[in-house]
Order: sequence, then structure tokens, then C-alpha cells
Amino acid sequence: MTGKEQEEIEKEYKEYTVLSLSEYEEGLRNGKLLGLRCASCGGITCHPMPVCQWCGGRSLKRVELCGDGELTTFTVIRVPSEGFEEGAPYIPCLVKTKEGPCVVGRLDYDTESATQELIGKQVKMSGTHTCKGDKFSDGAHTCPVFKIQENKL
Amino acid sequence: MRDVAIIGIGHTKFGRASKTSLELFSEAALQAVDDAGVDLKDIEALFQGAALPGFEEGQVTPAAFSAAELNLGGGSIPATRYEGACASASIAIREAAEWVASGQCDMVMAGGVEKALLMGTLFATRIFAMACHAPTEGPAGLTFPGVFAMAARRYSKNYDIPLDKLREQMALVSVKNHKHGALNPLAQFYKKMGDLKVEDVINSKLVADPLTVLDCCPFSDGAAAIVLCAAEEARKYTDDPVYILGTGQGSGGALSKMKDLTKPDSRIKSARMAFKHAGLRPSDIDVLELHDCFTIAELIALESMGFFEWGEAAEATTEGQTESGGKIPVNMSGGLIGKGHPIGATGASQVYWIVKQMRGEAAKGNQIDPVPEYGMTDTLGGDFGTLCHIILGRGK
Repeated sequence: MTGKEQEEIEKEYKEYTVLSLSEYEEGLRNGKLLGLRCASCGGITCHPMPVCQWCGGRSLKRVELCGDGELTTFTVIRVPSEGFEEGAPYIPCLVKTKEGPCVVGRLDYDTESATQELIGKQVKMSGTHTCKGDKFSDGAHTCPVFKIQENKL
Repeated sequence: MRDVAIIGIGHTKFGRASKTSLELFSEAALQAVDDAGVDLKDIEALFQGAALPGFEEGQVTPAAFSAAELNLGGGSIPATRYEGACASASIAIREAAEWVASGQCDMVMAGGVEKALLMGTLFATRIFAMACHAPTEGPAGLTFPGVFAMAARRYSKNYDIPLDKLREQMALVSVKNHKHGALNPLAQFYKKMGDLKVEDVINSKLVADPLTVLDCCPFSDGAAAIVLCAAEEARKYTDDPVYILGTGQGSGGALSKMKDLTKPDSRIKSARMAFKHAGLRPSDIDVLELHDCFTIAELIALESMGFFEWGEAAEATTEGQTESGGKIPVNMSGGLIGKGHPIGATGASQVYWIVKQMRGEAAKGNQIDPVPEYGMTDTLGGDFGTLCHIILGRGK
């Protein structure tokens, strides 16, 4: 056997990722919450995953979410990890987006007046937070920041 | 598949250790072979839980070095490190049991080790947070207490329990587990905090709202090990074998993929798998060692495993149903909160204390009377990322 031609191996090699994490984070920094729409079930996947987070479907297309959602829960971090002290205390939160999937981000709110009553309020993506990271985190990473929509229930 | 028995157990004192991880694991391993009355050369494979040794001592492949230093099996036996964050030892034990059940091995050792206390709170918080989903939860700055604080707020909302009331109910978990930890001579808080009050927990330092430092388990050093063999051989070595009746394991993903932080699918499925394997139900279990990494975690675990209905574990705790003499005594060893949590060792420590209960050898004040027939462990790694359950019995 002579084996397969290098050119043929290179030609056949294929990448499956439709939306990479770095593209997702770049979208965030441009004010866009990007996700993936599934051709099988219509569900939206966000953050990007290799298959649909609802049905496992493999036919995915990029889509932009509106950035609106509901505050599912949050906490105020008072003892941060080493290397993550910047801005502490701060508020990580979980938001259920209007399109369906939940996303983890930070909440732009006064830490000392953040109480249980905030849960269930409408929020909107208002910016991003970029952690410069440490020697274990493969560089800087970005997450969405949400703000409470006070005039909406 | 063959039935599997535990014939020997070992457990170091938990807390701050001056020994290395290799030395700590060797202590537990030597106790376990002596307890079983077998020789180190009888061990055919080692299954060792160790979550973060690379960050603690700059050591990977710790299982190979442990096997070599102990001269297990006379040298060069298969020795594998298992990593499932805080559930590392439990998945190691589960794999060990499978190897014996399949007939691949007749006698093996499983256990775990960790040295987390030496890193200090901030660095330990960082490397423990590595078991969160790094791409999304990393930049948000989530920590482990943060994850469970979010779950506590959700529990309060789901069941319409005012947060102040829930904090008191959660504090009772800490009070109970410290009471039992203070009675356990191998516990990190032996003779300490045995008379903790609800207000002590609530008024201690906030770590991640609403969790205070006394809602959290400590960072710890320690090791635990067990010797397993085929059930039909067990009585050659001991009059009190404890049988592994069922095991389960489940996996979770990023926090954002969970339907409800208070109802982790990974734990529900793992527990069901173990009950099905054992042919038992929650009402059959007499004693439970569960993963109380935080006070709220004990409540979530009890409901996910089916010991209480959704939203009822908080009230049940207040009523004393998780104490000795209650519906299901939970964490009579002190649990992670009172006994300490050397993460890679915790699952093996839980099994150790169930076996001790079944032998009637738990510490005075912690021993269940009568001696339990069936016991169960629940171990959680990451933010519901790796779950493992083990059901043990005095009979097959």
C-alpha cells in the first residue's frame, strides 16, 4: 500500500464548529448576543455548542438574540478567586433570554442593594465584562453584562 | 457480573497535614490493608481519586507513584487517577467495583487524597472554580460558593420561602453537621463548634450572598482508602463485609444549560441508577452520607435523591428528620461541613463512615442504633458536573 496523498487528506479535513467561542465573545464586544438556530426543532442554542442544546440536532445556523431576558438568579461574590479580584464585590447572574436559552453573565447593579426582589425582573444586555484572566485561563474572556429594566415588570 | 464487598477501610485525620499527598494516601492504604488482613501484594489494581494534585504539589499521575511506593501487587500494577472534581474518589470506587464485578480483578484498592488547605483561600477558590464551565462562568467570576448561593436564592423563590427563613433552615444543616463533626476524632473540627447556634452561622462573614463562611465546608487535607474483593471471598477476610449493592453516575453541563439549579438532572439520574441497580428505594436506606459542600447543597441533594418531596427538605431539617432518630439520619460523620472536605478523598471518606456505622464503630453520639442495614453515599463534583451514588448493605 502506498497510502493516501497528503493533498487528499488535507482536502478531506473538515471543521464542524459553526460559531466558535472567540467569535461569540467578539460578538458580545460588538453589542451582539449571538447564538445558533436549530433546523430540526427551531430552538436557540446560546452560548455556542457543537449541537442543539435542546434536541441534539446538528444542523445549526448563526442567529442574533435580542438581548432581553428575565433574571433567574444572582449572587454577590465577596470572596473572589485569586486573579479575579478586580471590581469585587460583583454580581454574577443567570438570565433566561427571551429566545429560550439561559446565559451566565454579570449584573450591573449596586451590590449593597441587590436583594431577592430582583429575581424575575426583566433585564437587557447593556455591555460586556472582560476578565483579563490568569495563567490558567487561556487569555482574556468576555461575558455579557445585564441591566434591570426598571419600567418593565 | 459478580457481587462486590468492602473488606478493609482506612482514613487519615482530616484538617491540616504536614505529610505529602503520597504519604497521606499511604497512611490510609496501610490502614485499609491491615483492617482487611491482606497483604499489599494481594492488590491487583489501584483506583485513586485526586482532583487537583498538579496545582497543589505539582504532581500528576499520583496513582502510579502511590502504587509504586506501596509496592502494591508486588509492583507495576495498573494504577489510575480518577478526576471528577469533588466526586473523584466516588467514581474511582465505582470503577473499582466494576473491575471486580467483571472478574477482571479479584482484589483491588480504591480511595482518594487531596491537599487543598496549603493553598490558602484565594488560590484554592481559584482552582476549585476550575470545575465551573470555564468559557462562560469564568469571565462572570463565579466561584463555588457563588453557584450554591445562586441555587439558594432560586430555592427561596421556587418554594416561596422568605430568604431570611431559608437562611435559618440552612443554618440548621451547619449546626447539625458541626455537632457530629465535633464528636468525630478524625474530623477537621473535632471538639470544635459542637454547640454552634443558628445566629452564629447567619452572622458569620458573607462569602457569596446569602451564604456565609459557616454555610460552607472548609478546605482540607486528607486521604481515605478501601479494599474491595469478590463477595464470595469476603468472609475469608472479615466477619463484617459490607456489600456494594448499587452504584450510579451522572454528568451535567454548564450552569446555563440546567433547567433548574435546585433540581440537577445529573443527581436525579445518578441516584435513580443506583437505586435501580440495588433494587431499593429511598425508604429502605437507614443512613446517608451526602455532599454538603454548602448548607443548601444538603437540601437539594435530599430532594434530588427522593428522600423528600421538592421544597420539603428545608422544613424536614427544621423538624429534625435528618438527625439521628429522624426519618433519615444524614451526615452522622459531620459531613463535609463538620468533618472536612479533602475533595479527592471525600467519596472514600463517605464510604468509610457508612462501613463504620454498619460495624457499630462510628463515634459515640454519631452511631445509629440499631446498626443500619442499608446505607448510601452521594458525592457531587463541580457545579453538578459529576455525580456519583453508592448504596451499601450488610447483606447481599
